[in-house]
Amino acid sequence: MGVKMSLQHVSKIFGPKPKSAIPLIKEGKSKDEILAETGNTVGVYDATIDVNEGELFVIMGLSGSGKSTLIRCLNLLNKPTSGSIVVDGEDVVKYKTEKLKNYRQNKIAMVFQHFGLFSHRTVLGNVEYGLEIRGVSAEERREIATKNLESVGLKGWEDKYPDELSGGMQQRVGLARALANDPDILLMDEPFSALDPLIRREMQLELLDLQERLQKTIIFITHDINEAFKIGDRVAVMKDGRVVQTGAPEEILENPANEYISDFIKDIDRSKIIQAENIMIRPNAMVSLKDGLKVAVQEMESNGLSSVFVTDRKRQLHGIVTIDAAIEGINQKKTLEDVVFTDVATVKKDDYLEEIIPKAVETTYPIAVVNEENRLEGIILRVHVLSSLIAEDAE
Amino acid sequence: MQEFPDISIPIGDVVDFIVRWIDSTFAPFFDFIFYLTSNTIQGFDGFLTMLPWWVFLILIFALGYYFQNVSAGILYAGFMFLVGSFGLWDEMMITIAIVLTAVIISLLIGIPTGIFMAMNKAFSVFMRPVLDAMQTMPSFVYLIPVIFFFSLGNVPAVFATIIYAVPPVIRLTELAIRNVDREVIESAESFGSSRMQILKKVQLPQAIPTMMAGVNQTTMMALAMAVIASMVGAGGLGEQVLISINRIDIALGFEAGISIVFLAIIIDRITAGIGDKFQRDKGDH
Repeated sequence: MGVKMSLQHVSKIFGPKPKSAIPLIKEGKSKDEILAETGNTVGVYDATIDVNEGELFVIMGLSGSGKSTLIRCLNLLNKPTSGSIVVDGEDVVKYKTEKLKNYRQNKIAMVFQHFGLFSHRTVLGNVEYGLEIRGVSAEERREIATKNLESVGLKGWEDKYPDELSGGMQQRVGLARALANDPDILLMDEPFSALDPLIRREMQLELLDLQERLQKTIIFITHDINEAFKIGDRVAVMKDGRVVQTGAPEEILENPANEYISDFIKDIDRSKIIQAENIMIRPNAMVSLKDGLKVAVQEMESNGLSSVFVTDRKRQLHGIVTIDAAIEGINQKKTLEDVVFTDVATVKKDDYLEEIIPKAVETTYPIAVVNEENRLEGIILRVHVLSSLIAEDAE
Repeated sequence: MQEFPDISIPIGDVVDFIVRWIDSTFAPFFDFIFYLTSNTIQGFDGFLTMLPWWVFLILIFALGYYFQNVSAGILYAGFMFLVGSFGLWDEMMITIAIVLTAVIISLLIGIPTGIFMAMNKAFSVFMRPVLDAMQTMPSFVYLIPVIFFFSLGNVPAVFATIIYAVPPVIRLTELAIRNVDREVIESAESFGSSRMQILKKVQLPQAIPTMMAGVNQTTMMALAMAVIASMVGAGGLGEQVLISINRIDIALGFEAGISIVFLAIIIDRITAGIGDKFQRDKGDH
């Protein structure tokens, strides 16, 4: 997985003399001071980010943090004041008219917050637009557009006008229009912010499905930290035009770079971010069915445990046995198979905490983390489920 | 009390000189324009007077019906019938021909000017006071230079009308194009559209409903001016009004006046109806 798009020291300053602001920023002056002194507004300052091929990269920040300015630099709707943006080995900031047109037509497409649909064109006409600009024949255009509309679930709506559709459906048109061009990179500027919470959740899941199917490089802007952490493979947090921290959601949760970010993640719904693999421990004790009860008791005593997971010959999870049941079993001359408790709560590595919590409530035993073949990969202690919900405060 | 000093800045003379200079230098050009315009007016007038009166009434009914409803169609046809009964049928046709010609030329000039103003800030800044002047200058003033260029008759009337009527369509074209949603333009841009493509495929179609409001205003102003332009020898209903003033003929004055009102109502409703239709159907691509 290589780097698809590499931003190096990208700055975007608006105003009469953009370049004059750069030394002031270097001196560490604030946005307001620079505005007062030079009349320039700092949109983005010194953003350096690598976006990997096939990654869903989220840029998160509050309004005014420069995230929308930054994403518009990527397809040069905003021309960066300084810095370079390297895509497939070429610095796109240097592109002039023809090359820029080519870049926009073939490599990169964008989905907008308020959809940016053409109200004078039908749904189909909207999706065809990018192809029309590329000079694709009318027949082929129609075919591709129809296919893309179908893939976003809008079959049968081709001849409607955008204002006859609900918000969620309009954004699907926006998405289909961007995808019809088959771009390598998809820019999404707060695409779900204008939608109802329910529709938003639905669209988020659909986007994840879509990403799995198409493996596009997606750069996604949001102001919603829950959304960012839910869908992002990696997240960059922006504040006052600067990128404050970049990393995988769990990394940021574990090690917030500064107080701003730790404040931010206080509000986060951790149950939607933390996955089984983040809180599981390696199974340090395990017995096989053929080992028998005595080995099981020994394992538990030497590890100081009150229960142990039992696997069968192929190391697939069979059940769990508690120390009480094991000792009683020895006394009554039963086998391990007789006393093992097979109704164990299991989860997958990538299950979210919100799915694990109900299971933790119902069971009295640790929860087993298993893979597709039912092999034991880890153990989640019930106490860890609880403690993971509480943000670790910086000392 | 001090009197104003005896200084004279002969700006009137300068304008007079310029107008004369333009007239003598570009005489062939003006002849050509004269020829074209006069033929256009005669063409429209010829066509309209050639139509049997009942065909014209049906046509008016059809327009009213198409853009509004049946009762509007009947009402408008009734208006026209009344004008005929005043004995002003032919005069009305001349007025319509002058207005149509003036509106067509106004749109040919006004829409590109508006587009260019929307795209070029400096040009827009330059044009705004010019448009203000065109609208606030007493309309009679335009009659003088156009007489110079085109002598008397329907042609100078058309040009005086254009100067007076063209500002609304320019202003509203500019406004309509400027007001197209930024994100919509950005999205067109993000697909790699050229400037011309954005204009043709996005800005203009999105702007049409507002532009139609400008067309409506321009048409109404053209009708108003076409009446005043009878002072430079334009025929039609305006001429009848002028005659009635000279003769203090109340009956003729009222009949000609009310005919102009009827015409104004019909033209206003029909052009507004065209605008509404665009809004509803969203035009075409």
